[in-house]
Amino acid sequence: MAEIWQGFLKAIELIVSLDPEVMEIAGRSLRISVTSCLLASFICIPLGSLIHFHNFRGKRAVINIIQTFFSLPTVCVGLFVFVLFSRAGPLGGLGIMFTPTAMVIGQMILITPILLGLTISALSGVSKEIVDTAISLGASSFQTTVAVLREARYAVLAAVTMGFGRAIAEVGCAIMVGGNIRGFTRVITTAISLETSKGELELSIALGIILLFLALIVNVALNRL
Amino acid sequence: MSLIEVVGLNHRYGERKVLENINLNINKGEAFCLIGSTGAGKTTLLRLIDLLETPASGDIYFDGLCIPKSGRQRLEIRRRMAFVLQKPQVFNLSVYDNVASGLRWRREKKDRIDKKVNEILEMVGLEDYRNRNARTLSGGEAQRVALARAMVIEPEILLLDEPTANLDPGSTAKIEQLVSYISEQGNTTIIMATHDMPQGQHLANRIGVLLDGKIVQTGDVEQVFRSPQDEEVANFVGMENIIEGVVTANNEGMVTLDIGGGAIQAVSDFPVGERVYVCVRPEDITLALSRTQSSARNSFYGKITQVVSFGPLTRVEMDCGFRLVSLVTKVSVEELSLQKRKEVYASFKATGVHLIKRRAK
Repeated sequence: MAEIWQGFLKAIELIVSLDPEVMEIAGRSLRISVTSCLLASFICIPLGSLIHFHNFRGKRAVINIIQTFFSLPTVCVGLFVFVLFSRAGPLGGLGIMFTPTAMVIGQMILITPILLGLTISALSGVSKEIVDTAISLGASSFQTTVAVLREARYAVLAAVTMGFGRAIAEVGCAIMVGGNIRGFTRVITTAISLETSKGELELSIALGIILLFLALIVNVALNRL
Repeated sequence: MSLIEVVGLNHRYGERKVLENINLNINKGEAFCLIGSTGAGKTTLLRLIDLLETPASGDIYFDGLCIPKSGRQRLEIRRRMAFVLQKPQVFNLSVYDNVASGLRWRREKKDRIDKKVNEILEMVGLEDYRNRNARTLSGGEAQRVALARAMVIEPEILLLDEPTANLDPGSTAKIEQLVSYISEQGNTTIIMATHDMPQGQHLANRIGVLLDGKIVQTGDVEQVFRSPQDEEVANFVGMENIIEGVVTANNEGMVTLDIGGGAIQAVSDFPVGERVYVCVRPEDITLALSRTQSSARNSFYGKITQVVSFGPLTRVEMDCGFRLVSLVTKVSVEELSLQKRKEVYASFKATGVHLIKRRAK
């Protein structure tokens, strides 16, 4: 119990003193997760709308598969990205292994199913009558899609928040494809993992609290939209 | 000239036939009312006209142009119409943004949108609500938003699907007022579905009766309500007195009918021996306590079996050897002190009787 309390005090101390290393790690965590979340949103919201508004064979199956991938283990994504970008891998020539770019790609893969699946279910929550109302008022199919997305905006925003949450909180992929390189790919979660194994529990707890604090700021900002 | 012409239209949902061989002309500027019971296919017909669905077979012509089954042209045609759904539907946006939607989708200029939206909000009496989220409005207010949102695009055709079905009487009156105002302006053709007879009677120039997916009768209001063409329509338009009879004499257009327990005189040219339904609208029957000298050719003595008052009118049911229903004013009920078991004389004119030929079963 004392350790948690100590950790809490340490967190406050680190935040208030703007400890340069902690700030750098936190900043990188935020940058990587926000980037992956934004990029994934740009892909998934339009793609989810496309799937929702079109009827095709196997649509149900596609949605089932997307939902299954909600449970994708982070280490599996890490493994996949590792195989893809390691020196000997098919995309090894790009030389992005153990860089923040690889981490962004990993996180994007990780949260894409969540963003896609939740976007589709957000759109399904909009009644057929609202869709008909938009069409009958002269909206083109693109305008109708935008109108329905706007109707479902809170649920879509919840999907984005969820995706961001999973991205900033994951450690498996970040450590496998980032490598936890100090000053380059070390993020809060990988730092916690390292500090805990070193026995630096206070620092770990402090970093955990800082991560939650970051999530709080992002959530407040998103809910302002 | 017909603005909408529906030719040989059929539609089905899966195995179920919803509309069968619909042929319909709707003239520019008129208020056309589709009446029919729930599930008769009114909504489907409106949806097909608004191009929300494509018919299984048959064609719809808009202003002389055959509407294609797919393609960009459908959007252009749809943009000349507006549709107000039965259940008030509003977007989760401010009242202003709701009403502006259609104009924005048509890429109108911002200041023009502003001017038109404010004008229309004033007209429907919602100018104080412009910044309120439309989802927080009552059903009646939401339906006024929906109507304003449709009107603001100045559609050539305004489609209304039972616009007052879920509203209280006050809101209904407001919506009816707006619809009749639009209708009087004459720029907009109105096609309205309703199962509310008085509403149809009050708002429409012409009526189409849709029963079980088929248009069974079209005509002006008076014609449909006074002279339904078969028993089904008669039942539907509130012709409460439908009595089976046979023509026993025809004297230069004045026929005598045997209804088994009495004789009724009517104006008709049916030949002797014709089996008919004798229809009399309940509001055409007057009641008196004694056999009075009046111009009414038909007068029957009977005993009241039921008196039910609703609103300003009272429905009096009596047994005259056959069942007869009359609608009388509250004043008459009080003056004649009408009540159960009271003996009265019911009279109606020969011209107030409508005859329908009975089909051989």
